[in-house]
Amino acid sequence: MAQMTMVQAINDAMRVELARDEKVLVFGEDVGVNGGVFRVTEGLQKEFGEHRVFDTPLAESGIGGLAVGLSVNGFRPVAEIQFFGFVFEVFDMVASQAARMRFRSGGRFNSPITFRSPFGGGVKTPELHADSLEGLFLQTPGVKVVIPSNPYDAKGLLISAIRDNDPVIFLEHMKLYRSFRGEVPEGEYTIPIGKANVVREGSDLTIITYGAMVHTSLKAAEELEKARGAKVEVIDLRTITPLDMETVLASVQKTNRAIVVQEAQKHAGVAAEIIAQINEKAILHLEAPVLRVTAPDTVYPFAQAEDIWLPDVKRVIDAATQVLDF
Amino acid sequence: MSVSTAVEQKGNEPLQILAPDGTVVRPDLMPNLSDDQLRDLMRKMVFTRVWDQRAISLNRQGRLGFYAPVAGQEATMIGSESAIDKEDFILPSYRDIPQMVWHGFPMYQAFLYSRGHIHGGQIPEGVNVLMPQIIIASQCAQATGVAMGYKLRGEKKVAITYFGDGATSQGDFYEGMNFAGVYKLPVIFFSQNNGYAISVPFEKQTAAENIAVKAQAAGIASARVDGMDILAVYKVVQEAKERGINGEGATLIEALTYRYGPHTMAGDDPTRYRQSEEQNEWEQKDPLIRFRKFLENKGLWSEKDEEAVIEEAKQAVADAIKKADEYPKMKVTDLIDVMFETLPDYLQEQKAEYAAKESK
Repeated sequence: MAQMTMVQAINDAMRVELARDEKVLVFGEDVGVNGGVFRVTEGLQKEFGEHRVFDTPLAESGIGGLAVGLSVNGFRPVAEIQFFGFVFEVFDMVASQAARMRFRSGGRFNSPITFRSPFGGGVKTPELHADSLEGLFLQTPGVKVVIPSNPYDAKGLLISAIRDNDPVIFLEHMKLYRSFRGEVPEGEYTIPIGKANVVREGSDLTIITYGAMVHTSLKAAEELEKARGAKVEVIDLRTITPLDMETVLASVQKTNRAIVVQEAQKHAGVAAEIIAQINEKAILHLEAPVLRVTAPDTVYPFAQAEDIWLPDVKRVIDAATQVLDF
Repeated sequence: MSVSTAVEQKGNEPLQILAPDGTVVRPDLMPNLSDDQLRDLMRKMVFTRVWDQRAISLNRQGRLGFYAPVAGQEATMIGSESAIDKEDFILPSYRDIPQMVWHGFPMYQAFLYSRGHIHGGQIPEGVNVLMPQIIIASQCAQATGVAMGYKLRGEKKVAITYFGDGATSQGDFYEGMNFAGVYKLPVIFFSQNNGYAISVPFEKQTAAENIAVKAQAAGIASARVDGMDILAVYKVVQEAKERGINGEGATLIEALTYRYGPHTMAGDDPTRYRQSEEQNEWEQKDPLIRFRKFLENKGLWSEKDEEAVIEEAKQAVADAIKKADEYPKMKVTDLIDVMFETLPDYLQEQKAEYAAKESK
């Protein structure tokens, strides 16, 4: 076991997979000699060579096209999109090409691509760097979307993503890159895609969340316990498509109360889908409506307004209190 | 940049080997083809013309669905496909069904593709083509990945991708060429410039003198070729392939051609945007007329040969449409099954729901 930041854990996952499978290729803007703008690919080109880890021209669609072509020709591309706000440039390649390859060919071809990309607020980035756009891909049949919240999950989930024979979007929250260290085993291990993790057990309320909001929700849970003795269960989804509704529903059936916490705007993200499914499958277990904690439905804010815009511990406590007192 | 004979010609004049009267105007560039190979090119062009006529008719009868006519473009399609090998990979656009079929994709599956059936995309193992691309120029960027795969494995193969003149306005066209240039990839970017993107003439796509000059922006080689001259098309593609497998990188080919029919069979009426004189002028340049004259002059083609091919094509189309008719209908569970290698819970649930309905 080693203490690693999420950046180091992700780097380690790519190293493990590059060493294990020569079909794995890592590429993107500045991922080669520079080691990535966040040093996530640091040292990989030196270790594995320029034919395995390489820079591309500055063109996201070209990167996606390269990945799709390599994938149908027997390779396992790990393509980086420098910031997920730039995904619109490569939307066709992700949503219309990679996501549909197996379907369009009736199973003849597949696209085992991992699209890695940083996102997430709280670090005062310029425009279109921090936007939470994962909800767009919840609505895209054919892709999986993984969002780890800690170094251990990040490594195990990325290894699973790279080994998956269908396209996976692996979103790395920038605020979590170096904000803390965690225990990460050496060598290979996997965490199944599509499996949530109950990160705090409780019996009075379920908080369903992912990404940086896992940490915000854990803080809120602690304060709720201190303030009013409420036992709050926190579920880290880890994968937002496919959703682990089995874990969510089991928890809601136990606590009878739930809120969904996401960093994305109210009309975006995954909260609405989770609430719809709880309504469909567990309404008779509910003591209160399922509320959402989200960002407001504006464009992602100017850097100086992040603090008043992003969901925080107080907003989570407010929503939880409403549901507990309903 | 190495300069070969047919690729990298300078100026606006497209390469021509056969004049419209069937005489050889560039004997120095004559591709090295046996009499049988020459006859086979003609056979495939006649076959494709008949197939196109039949496909239009079958579409009108409601027996085919989406169809983009190809008459007039036989030389660009067959000349280029014939100049590559079966090991080479084709990334076609929606109009490039003939190249797929001549590369080994069964015609009945092309008909199922037209109708919108899953089996129309199930390319047989060993046939190196992708499904027809609907998103214009997406295939240009994807061709780089296929070609990079060959380069990484040290295989002497090329990727060829087809698109029209309108596609050259897309970002993916430029991005694909530019990536191929940077990594020196064995890609042939083959533009069939038929003068129109639906109703929009080439002059409204770009103020550039032609498509071939766009290769300069990516630093790759280019050629301009008479797309009604199958021998010129063959020659240019053959050289582009040689350049690719010899590590000299990608080539953009602009083939000047014309589609006699509408853009697609979905209601496009070309008389709204084209003059009949223009159509007549291009019909004088018909690739079949020109090549037929050339072969007849050499004693390699007769009316009897032509009639035999026409009969062969009609029979092949009839057999293929019958086979397509007999192919089992799709079920929703079939569609669910090809979404992922392993179905996630929500799709397993939905599959069970539909399986229950389907078993009733």
